[in-house]
Amino acid sequence: MQFHKYASPKVFYVFAGQLIPWFAIATLVLLGYGLYQGLFVAPPDYQQGESVRIMFIHVPAAWMSMFVYMVMATAGAIGLIWNIRLADMAATASAPIGASFTLLALVTGSLWGKPMWGTWWAWDARLTSELLLFFLYLGFMALQAAIDDPRRASRAGALLALVGVVNIPVIHFSVQWWNTLHQPASVSAINKIGAPAIHPSMLTPLLIMAVAFTLFFAVVLLMRMRAEILHRERHTGWVAELVKP
Amino acid sequence: MNWSEFFAMGGYGLYVWGSYGMAVLVLVFNILAARRRGNNVRRELQATTHLNQAETE
Repeated sequence: MQFHKYASPKVFYVFAGQLIPWFAIATLVLLGYGLYQGLFVAPPDYQQGESVRIMFIHVPAAWMSMFVYMVMATAGAIGLIWNIRLADMAATASAPIGASFTLLALVTGSLWGKPMWGTWWAWDARLTSELLLFFLYLGFMALQAAIDDPRRASRAGALLALVGVVNIPVIHFSVQWWNTLHQPASVSAINKIGAPAIHPSMLTPLLIMAVAFTLFFAVVLLMRMRAEILHRERHTGWVAELVKP
Repeated sequence: MNWSEFFAMGGYGLYVWGSYGMAVLVLVFNILAARRRGNNVRRELQATTHLNQAETE
């Protein structure tokens, strides 16, 4: 199979257009199933009661905020090193999606913190590093918007994104490195009987929602990349042919 | 379980539905913003190709 041909913006534009509906259908199915499991099947928590259902939004959103950042930084690095235009476009397209997931993680965290901790916000390590992640996304978008030449904008953005990667392990380990209000990991933590420290009835909707969010990211990423391709390839013949009224 | 109990979420209704509502907003916003970006780019491109055609004619 010729993978390299998919790195051609023209081929990718068509290919992405074909993929979007399938990813969209898969997203809707998993989102529906995840919401059903999370709102109707999963039991209330013995300590947190029904408020634990916020977890099925909050945790996948927080995972996505970091995952999308890594996608953005990796794509930026690939564009920087090998000068692959499609990778640059993927980085640019990822930023607003990642920022929106970060905002969702922050807002749902606040809505969960108020009833459980008694406060909307605390300047502790986990919350502060996640807020910094939000500003890294905003900084990346502002930087790219300020530079007219797309190749220079991509290079500058990629450098910023790569520097900001240090924040990702800080977010992840913040609950171990510092004393914080935020609870430690449950999914990756293994308890005495060798199982994750979260019951399958709660783990199932959590993982389904995480996969649904990932597929949703793929849908929006492909949509944004298609727009980005048209924009950056606007001087080419195939784009002129495509948009001819 | 009846529906009013379901919506009350054991007294955490505001927080739980606030979170799910915010999730819906974020998902819808992403789709609309991506579509708007695509439409804007297409509109710009069509405007410039019109200009180019007018110049060559």
